[in-house]
Amino acid sequence: MTYFFQNVVNALQWGSFYALIALGYSMVYSILMLFNFAHGDIFMVGAYIGFGVATLLVAMSAGGAIVLPGWLILILTILISMFLTALLGMFVERVGYRPLRDAPRASAAITGLMIGIILETGNLWLLGARRVSFPSLIQTVTYDVGGVILTNKKIMIVLVALAFMLALHLFVRHSKWGMAMRAMAFDYVVVPLMGVSINTIARMTFAIGSALAAVAGILFSIAYPVLDPYMGIVFGWKAFVAAILGGRGSIMGAALAGFLLGFIEIFVAMAFPSTLRDLIAYSIIMVILVFRPHGFFGEPYSAKLRL
Amino acid sequence: MSLLRVEQLTHYFGGLRAVHNFSLTIEAGRMHGLIGPNGAGKTTIFNLITGVHAPTAGRVVFAGEEITGLQPHRIAARGLGRTFQDLKLWRHMTVLEHVKMARYATIGYGLIGAFFGTPRRRREEAEIEENACRLLEMLGIEHLAEQVVTNLPYGVQRRVEMARALALDPRLLLLDEPTVGMTPEELNQMMELIRRINGELGLAILLIEHRMKMVMELCRHISVVVFGDLIAEGAPAAIQNDRRVIEAYLGKDTVAT
Repeated sequence: MTYFFQNVVNALQWGSFYALIALGYSMVYSILMLFNFAHGDIFMVGAYIGFGVATLLVAMSAGGAIVLPGWLILILTILISMFLTALLGMFVERVGYRPLRDAPRASAAITGLMIGIILETGNLWLLGARRVSFPSLIQTVTYDVGGVILTNKKIMIVLVALAFMLALHLFVRHSKWGMAMRAMAFDYVVVPLMGVSINTIARMTFAIGSALAAVAGILFSIAYPVLDPYMGIVFGWKAFVAAILGGRGSIMGAALAGFLLGFIEIFVAMAFPSTLRDLIAYSIIMVILVFRPHGFFGEPYSAKLRL
Repeated sequence: MSLLRVEQLTHYFGGLRAVHNFSLTIEAGRMHGLIGPNGAGKTTIFNLITGVHAPTAGRVVFAGEEITGLQPHRIAARGLGRTFQDLKLWRHMTVLEHVKMARYATIGYGLIGAFFGTPRRRREEAEIEENACRLLEMLGIEHLAEQVVTNLPYGVQRRVEMARALALDPRLLLLDEPTVGMTPEELNQMMELIRRINGELGLAILLIEHRMKMVMELCRHISVVVFGDLIAEGAPAAIQNDRRVIEAYLGKDTVAT
């Protein structure tokens, strides 16, 4: 039983990463009807930006320029990285996607793939083919709750991820920009005819998605502090699966599906050899998709979404 | 000064000439009909006026200012409201949200207001709601404000679309076949409604419609488009007797006999 709960904790942690990344995929897909295949790599860049910011702040702290406690460095790292990664996301939207907004969807899809490759190889060129380690900002504290081992990091990761998801949910429900985003998910053409700039909403969507990917990148680096330029690929694919599984137009669906993916993976690994983990986990998801082709919360829609 | 002046508008989709040298003038507060067989380019003309497509050639002047090729949200903000042939509603949003979206540009409160309810938000929300209630009341759907549109009957959805267009506070309303698929009773109500919008709110209306009786009754001026060309323009009586119009609708042989 403790083994079971131990795995629940681990699944929540993995699910947090997937969910945060899936939100970015899901938002872009819902609102602009395109797959941003560069999103996994934006997660990677977010982690690296976090690494850069954290390393710099730690060095400044050690040099005595300004002495900051670890938790404050962590908060600053998250906020600064969110901001910088959001700028990257807006840049990607402006340069890569906006010129192709009325192009065939396949062209936009390969744009994403190419941007992904550019980000990976750009990183290789900048930092070289070595892994870097994320500075340790907070001391690990371990709690034993009835045999289940919790660490302060795991708890923090899950809570921070949930807090950002809640904030996004509220943003989409209660702000005028969120309202415009929801409207765009239903009908793309009418929104500008009501006086709302599609470009503004598209830019904002990419900025928010990228900022959340940066949060995921930093949280991931706290749990697994070794970064490499290709870390975004598999994560990107899996989060993409979660986004589609959640259902188009449903942000919370994407988050839930992210957690579901975490649970399936961890519990498959609990019962089978870990080499079979993804094989079995993704077979299960394929079966789910057969029965829910529009995802958990998506509604059937026609392919014709534009004039 | 006329409210809308369309000059020599031409548009090609690739090699297909959708609209050719189309001109139109609408005075403030007037109702103007736009008729023509299916595929004549009527909806394309709406799309050109509202900025969905930028015209290949020609000019659109609204309230004395040129709006040709402006982005659609800028054109809408100048007071051009529009409805669609195939209701383009946001299926899972409420009636009130539809009206609110059309007032997007006037929502001034930001994130903090949205999350924590500042006095500014309360004031603006109250204004928007009061405004919306008046509109919905005029359209007879005020009791449905909190309903999700996908659950509403077709005739009501038409009204929601009308409410959304009116919430923009337009000076000119473009209606694209507002009565398509309606029962005779719904049709009469819609005609009555269009008259009121024109009369009480003083809006100019450009109406695409296939029901001749309705266009002839409502509009003092009518333009007829066939294959992208303007073939006739004038008062209903003149249009009804125009040889080219009859040919376009009934075919040449019918006229000859």
